[in-house]
Amino acid sequence: MSLRRVRLAPGAGLLWLLPSVLYLLTMFVYPFCYGVYLSLRPVTGDGGLSFGNYLGFLLDPWQARTIWVTAWIAVPNTILTVALALLVAYTMRRGIWLERTITTLLVLPIALGTVLVAEGINGFYGPKGWLNQLLVAAGISDPVRLTRNYTGVMLALFVQHFPFCFLMLLGYISGIDPALEHAARIHGARPWAVFRRVMWPLIAPGAAIAFALVFVMNFGVFPSAVLVGQPAGPTRTIAIAAYQQAFEHNDMSMASAIAVIMGACQLVGLIVVLLLRSRMAATGVATVGAGKR
Amino acid sequence: MAEQIKTLRFRLTKRFGVKTVLDDFALEVQGREFVTFLGPSGCGKSTALNLLAGLLPLSAGEISLDDARIDRLPPERRGFGMVFQNYALFPHLTVFENVAFGLALRGLPRAEIADRVARMLGLVQLPGLEGRYPGQLSGGQQQRVAIARALVIEPRLLLLDEPLSNLDAKLRVEMRAEIKRLHADLGLTSIYVTHDQAEALSLSDRVVVMREGRVVQAGTPMDIHDRPASLFVADFMGYRNFFPVSVTDTRADGTVAGQSGTLRFAGRGAAPLELGAAAIAAFRPEDLMLTEYPPGENVVWGRVRLTEYLGREHDLEIVLDSGQVVKARVPRPVAVRSVIGLRLAADRVVVLPPEDGGAGA
Repeated sequence: MSLRRVRLAPGAGLLWLLPSVLYLLTMFVYPFCYGVYLSLRPVTGDGGLSFGNYLGFLLDPWQARTIWVTAWIAVPNTILTVALALLVAYTMRRGIWLERTITTLLVLPIALGTVLVAEGINGFYGPKGWLNQLLVAAGISDPVRLTRNYTGVMLALFVQHFPFCFLMLLGYISGIDPALEHAARIHGARPWAVFRRVMWPLIAPGAAIAFALVFVMNFGVFPSAVLVGQPAGPTRTIAIAAYQQAFEHNDMSMASAIAVIMGACQLVGLIVVLLLRSRMAATGVATVGAGKR
Repeated sequence: MAEQIKTLRFRLTKRFGVKTVLDDFALEVQGREFVTFLGPSGCGKSTALNLLAGLLPLSAGEISLDDARIDRLPPERRGFGMVFQNYALFPHLTVFENVAFGLALRGLPRAEIADRVARMLGLVQLPGLEGRYPGQLSGGQQQRVAIARALVIEPRLLLLDEPLSNLDAKLRVEMRAEIKRLHADLGLTSIYVTHDQAEALSLSDRVVVMREGRVVQAGTPMDIHDRPASLFVADFMGYRNFFPVSVTDTRADGTVAGQSGTLRFAGRGAAPLELGAAAIAAFRPEDLMLTEYPPGENVVWGRVRLTEYLGREHDLEIVLDSGQVVKARVPRPVAVRSVIGLRLAADRVVVLPPEDGGAGA
C-alpha cells in the first residue's frame, strides 16, 4: 500500500495556528495593549492621550525611588542566586552521593509557593524564630534582625529562585560532554583551568539565560517584599507602588503606567544580558546540546 | 621528539560498587611499542585506559613509568596525550586554539606555540584550517585535529580510545595508516583500545585480548590471529566453524586429531589434550579450499545451501550429511544445491579445549 501525501492548499497550514494565535491575542496581546492605552489616559487629564502618568511617576521622588529600590534588590539577588546555583550545579555535574534526595529538597520551594516560603522565613529567621532563639541560647549574640527588612526580602527571593536557577544550570552543565573535561585535564589543565578555559565558555550562554530569567522574576517582586520586607520604606518595590495605585488609590491608569515602566526596566535588563550573550556567541561559543535532565 | 619512555608497568584493579570491572589487569609496555587492548564492549578496555590516564582512581594496583609511581598523579601531571572516540574537541575554540591548548597551559612563548601547532597541523595533513571551528569540519578532519592536539605536547604515552569507530569504512582505513605512520615517525609509545580485530592486527606490535576485566591472550598480531588459545579468542578473531570432537590422536609435532561421527579433523592443539577428551576443532571460512579428494581427515563434503557474492569471493553455507553447517569462502562461483568437497590444511585448523560460556558453534 502506498501512502498518499495529502496536499494542503497554500496557507491552509496556517489554519492550524489559528487557535493558538487567538489565544495569544485575547490572553496576552489585547490586555497588554489595553494596559498601555490605559496608562496613556490619566484620570486627571482631559480624556486625551498624554504621558502625564509617566511624568508624574518619574518626577515624584517617592515614586521614582521604587525603581532603584527594586533594582537594588533584583540585581544583587540575581548575581548571588546565579553564582551560587552555578557553584552547586557545577559541583554536582557528574552526580554526587544522594543526588536525587538533594535535588528534591532543593526543588521543594518551587512547589510550596511564595507565601508559605515567606511565612517559613518569618518563622525561622524572625525575631523569635528558631535561629535567633538558638543564637541567644548559645550566648553567641543578641537577636539578629533578619526579617521585615531588606535582608528578609533577599532571603525569600533567594529561596524561591535558587531551585529554578539551579535546575536550569544543572541541566545545561550536565549536557556538556564529559570527554571535553577529560581532554582538557589530560592535556594539562588543572581543575580551575578546565573551568575557565573550557567549561565556563560553554556554560556562559546558559548562565546568561538563567540570569535574565531570575532578574525578571526578581524585578517583579511583590509578595515577598510585603510579607518579609518593609513595604512602607526600604523594600517598597515598583510592584508595590503599582498595587497601591490600583487598589488603594483606585487609579488604574497610573497603575498601568507604573506596570509599563516596570516592564521597560525588565526589558532593559534582558537586552543587556542578551547583548552580552551574543557577544560571547560571536567569539565562537557555540550553544551545546540541551541538558539531559 | 617525545621524551622517550623505557617501560610502563601497571597492575590495575577497578571496582564499581560490587562489580569488578578490571581484575588485576597487569602488563608491561616497552618504549616505542604499539599495544592494543582488544575486546568486546564491557570487557574493561576503556576503563583500563581511563585508569592509565588518571581520569578514574584505581581500586587497587599501581602504575609506574620508568620505575616511578604515577598512579597518584592527577591526569594533567602525567604528560600523556589522549584521542577520544567522539574527538572531544573544544567547540568554542578554533582548530589552532584546540591544538595549542596544551602548549598554552604549559606557558610556552607565542612564537613557539604557533610554530609547533603549524608543524603538527602539517603532520596530520590539515594546513590552512587553523581558523575553523570544530563544527565546520568533517569527522575525519576533526579526528586529525584531536590527534594533533594530543601529539603537539610530545606526550610520553599516547592513549587512543576507539578513535576510528565514528568514521566511515574508507576513512577508517585511511586514518589507520595515518596513525601507524605517526606512531613510527615520531617514536611514540601508544596504547590503543578497540573492538575491531582488523584495527588491532594492522596497527599493533602486541595485542592484548581482554574479557570481563582479564587478559585472555596477549601476543603479536600473528600469534593472536593464527594461534588463538581459547574459543573466545578464536571466535573474536574470525573463526566461524566450530566442531565439537573427541580427541583420537596426539602427535609428537603438536598436532591433535579428533573425530565426531564420520568427520575427522587434525590441527594444532592449542593446549595439552588427553586422548578421548572433548575438544573443539575450529577453522576460518577463508581457509577452506574446494577439492575433489574423498571425505577423510580435514576433508568434508556437503550440499551448498546458500551463496553470497562478495565481489572477489563467494561466501557459502554447506550442509553436511550430519546436518552440521560449514561456512566457507571460495574464489569461484558454486551453484546452490550442488554437492562439493572442501579441504583444510592441517596448519589452518586449531583444536581448542572446550570452554564454559563464551563462543560456541
